[in-house]
Amino acid sequence: MVLTEKSLNQPLISLKDIRKIYGTGQAEMHALRGIDLRIEEGDFAAIMGPSGSGKSTCLNILGCLDTPSAGTYSFKGISVNELDRNQRTRLRRNYLGFVFQGYNLLSRTSALENIELPLIYRSVPVKARHYRASQALEKVGLKGWEKHTPGELSGGQQQRVAIARAIVTEPAVLMADEPTGNLDTVRSHEIMELLTKLNREQGITIVMVTHEPDMAAYAKRIIHFLDGLIESDKKNGRVN
Amino acid sequence: MLWDTLILALREIRRHVLRSLLTILGIVIGVASVITMVTLGSGATLQVTEQISSLGSNLLMVSPGKRLGPGRDSTAPPFKLADAEAVARDISNLAAVAPAASQGATAIYGNENWSTTVTGTNNQYLKVRNWAMANGRDFNDGELRAGSAVCIIGDTVRKKLFKDQEPLGKRIRLGKLSFQVIGLLEGKGQSTMGMDQDDIVLVPIHAFQRRISGNQDISLIQVSVSDGASTEKVQDDIERLMRERRHITANEEDNFHVMDMKEIAKMLTGTTQILTALLSAVAAVSLLVGGIGIMNIMLVSVTERTREIGVRLAIGALEREVLTQFLVEAVVLSSSGGLFGIALGLSACFALKGVLQVPFVFNPGIVIIAFLFSAAVGVIFGYFPALKAAGLDPIEALRHE
Repeated sequence: MVLTEKSLNQPLISLKDIRKIYGTGQAEMHALRGIDLRIEEGDFAAIMGPSGSGKSTCLNILGCLDTPSAGTYSFKGISVNELDRNQRTRLRRNYLGFVFQGYNLLSRTSALENIELPLIYRSVPVKARHYRASQALEKVGLKGWEKHTPGELSGGQQQRVAIARAIVTEPAVLMADEPTGNLDTVRSHEIMELLTKLNREQGITIVMVTHEPDMAAYAKRIIHFLDGLIESDKKNGRVN
Repeated sequence: MLWDTLILALREIRRHVLRSLLTILGIVIGVASVITMVTLGSGATLQVTEQISSLGSNLLMVSPGKRLGPGRDSTAPPFKLADAEAVARDISNLAAVAPAASQGATAIYGNENWSTTVTGTNNQYLKVRNWAMANGRDFNDGELRAGSAVCIIGDTVRKKLFKDQEPLGKRIRLGKLSFQVIGLLEGKGQSTMGMDQDDIVLVPIHAFQRRISGNQDISLIQVSVSDGASTEKVQDDIERLMRERRHITANEEDNFHVMDMKEIAKMLTGTTQILTALLSAVAAVSLLVGGIGIMNIMLVSVTERTREIGVRLAIGALEREVLTQFLVEAVVLSSSGGLFGIALGLSACFALKGVLQVPFVFNPGIVIIAFLFSAAVGVIFGYFPALKAAGLDPIEALRHE
């Protein structure tokens, strides 16, 4: 999966007429009915929409966790449609970071060890692993909390650890699925400010699903989903 | 990567110490049983071999009936004293010939009485049995010829009847007759079959036949072959002589048996080996049960950690890596069960050494086999749960509550 000269000229992510159908026959459910989407490097896109509009399905496909039923998905010029399960896993390992609504940290495992997890799968040596993990922890403002386990951290802190775990590999894209869904307003804004900072200062591309307009307002671009189609795709005026 | 996986597995096991201990209990018991059985078995076999070789490799036992042990033909006519005399007279290269006839009897001295075995024999018996006298003397020729009322007692009989008193010269009653104690045998301890060899009273064969058994039968003729002479040759000679004396025609089978020590050793070790194998097979079943226990717990673990597996798959763990993680965990569990079992089994053997009077024989082969087997149990029974974990859909797994 080496990037070629040609692939550098292409958008980071390009979806063409992506469809996703669950079930068969009478029970057929069209989650996505033809999505066209381009995401450039450095973008910060918020995907909004009511429940069942297909926004999570779309994020799963973007995150290479799921495959579309039809359409083409190209990531850095790589045709994801043609990849098998293991190849998609390698793509996630090397280019993607994930932040989930439920944090999904390993319980009874220290913050530092949680952050090191993706580096283990990248076969990063122990010393470098420790160093990069503590750097990432510092970036999310949790320096000094290395030894704490998720049980000893607040929800906001856990989500910060989860973000550190996602960015420790320096991914091309950070996929965030309702990252503030379990947090109160103050913590939610803190998390969004952190994401904005990472996007602005580190140039990390972020695709975030949310149903809270307040949170989407932090993004550079807001995409509205409705019934499996993109209803609107606008630049966010609020962002400078 | 494998090192990280190992650390991960150990950490996971440490999180559920009690559960892990209960899980490996089956393996521990199974391995401990196999180790104990095999170690005690080899100890018993060694003991048998040693005891038999202490009897001397040049001992032959001639007994009526087809053979010793199961299927022994008890209808065969017994030997007479004349048979033993004929062997001593007609066979060359013999160091000693001792006829023997035995019967249970109560020995009485003063207020003490003791049920023992009285054996009628001659003064070659001790030589044949490689047995030394602790005190006193053997029968002399006159006593043997006359069937005098004299006896030689074993160490157990001495302890039971005389306690601390000096037995030599005292008279003990056997049946209706009183016998003077002329000799004391050295203590020999238990025999291979668990019998007390020192629980014995030797009397001249004529005295035995006349006063105790009341017949002329001899149950066993023990022969010691001279050093350097061929045991096989003497065995053949005795067989030929006995067939002639017992009027066995050419197409009839022997109704007696000449056994050398090799044959006895083979018979006895064969028995212990079969017993060891059977008991080990039973113990191995508990290894199987232990393996199923491990599979059960690993399946529970996979279900419990579905979200964790989802996270791992999402952030870039290959199916193969998740499979390895759970497989390593199962193998660490089962092989630590194996190690515990080996330690437990060996200490059990060490503790039982005194009780069962079986020497402790460390058998490295079985220890290695037991360890490898327990590890293999982990691979076999951990594979299915690990496969289940690796095959999870990350989206589904992340949604799992």
